[in-house]
Amino acid sequence: MILKKVDSVQKALEGVKNNMTLMLGGFGLSGIPENAIAELVNLEVNGLTCISNNAGVDDFGLGLLLQKRQIKKMISSYVGENDEFERQMLSGELEVELIPQGTLAERCRAAQAGFPAIYTPAGYGTEVAEGKETREFDGKMHVLEHAFKADFAFVKAWKGDVAGNLIFKGTARNFNPCMCGAAKITVAEVEELLPVGELDPNQVHIPGIFVQRIFKGETYEKRIEQLTVRTR
Amino acid sequence: MLDKNGIAKRIAKEVQNGYYVNLGIGIPTLVANYVREDIEVEFQSENGVLGMGPFPFEGDEDADVINAGKQTITTLPGASFFDSATSFAMIRGKHVDLTILGAMEVAENGDIANWKIPGRMVKGMGGAMDLVASAENIIVAMMHTNKRGASKLLKKCSLPLTGVGCVKKIVTNLAVLEVTPKGFKLLERAPGILVKDIEKATEGTLIVEGDIPEMII
Repeated sequence: MILKKVDSVQKALEGVKNNMTLMLGGFGLSGIPENAIAELVNLEVNGLTCISNNAGVDDFGLGLLLQKRQIKKMISSYVGENDEFERQMLSGELEVELIPQGTLAERCRAAQAGFPAIYTPAGYGTEVAEGKETREFDGKMHVLEHAFKADFAFVKAWKGDVAGNLIFKGTARNFNPCMCGAAKITVAEVEELLPVGELDPNQVHIPGIFVQRIFKGETYEKRIEQLTVRTR
Repeated sequence: MLDKNGIAKRIAKEVQNGYYVNLGIGIPTLVANYVREDIEVEFQSENGVLGMGPFPFEGDEDADVINAGKQTITTLPGASFFDSATSFAMIRGKHVDLTILGAMEVAENGDIANWKIPGRMVKGMGGAMDLVASAENIIVAMMHTNKRGASKLLKKCSLPLTGVGCVKKIVTNLAVLEVTPKGFKLLERAPGILVKDIEKATEGTLIVEGDIPEMII
């Protein structure tokens, strides 16, 4: 068994430097690597390029890094819930590349799977495709999109074992599996870290080969962005 | 004239037995409330769930179970969760039967704009560009005119496009229209609305052939 466990968030983030490109899992605030983000704030690294579907809210998720001006560029599909983000973007302080959500997922997956690029119909004929190679397949136009190149991927799973095998929960899965193994170093944080043999191999979503470091997150706030309920 | 729930009710009649359906944010979300109960339909949310149910009861909400609008939801028996790449494989691979989404503008050739107002609103396209580029059955749910009273059914979109030539059908507060090679073909009028009201509110080419029936909701 190849041991992936590290004892602290500090060890998990060893080697993170200014101006690196990071992938961060999550959809909205669901399934975000809360502990890694908190440590990125502590480390005061800056000039970061962050690949993440969203940019958090003003005071949580990637919003914490935006507040401290640690992010130079965001690559996302939807950034609508963050006033500070909008301010920095409209003032030109923050560079932003908006790309279709399915393309974002597939550019991660391509990096994970060793494809240099993929063709997708998404964005053809729009400003997203400007300057990109296009090609017709079966009478339909497609856009060439390149695999991401990232230094670190920070993902969050529900359960994991010390060999790096991961199981996700609910819609907190989202981009996390796509980012595992898509960067030079993948760091997984989990709510429950188990010894080997405790996870049923049939139930593993991401095999440990895609994960270099795994640690148990100290706490999870799991903030709900839009609480919607019915009365009993 | 229909309100938002009226538009959702009319669109719900387009949902057929055995359909997998993706609903956008806004009016499209309301469609789920009006689908006939005697048919089997599954709702897909692109953040990674198929078999979406109603909102949870107070106290039962789970931060790990949300829809694409980041709202807490429940799942129905037979539901499944999956990652974002798999979710868009369902969409891009044409496994989803019907896509219902909102729009800021639709052009008479089927172009749609719904993600950006330059210099004013830049929230991003989310999954909309993937959905409109691949879905074969797209219905747009929107008001016929914007808040300033200007038509949203145009000869040509003025805002940055989300997709080209992809919209097939539009349901507004005034009418049901089909996108044809010659322009917007008027299919139905909303209750109490006359053809001339629709003509006045439509900037793009409007095709009116024969008697136009009133919608049955």
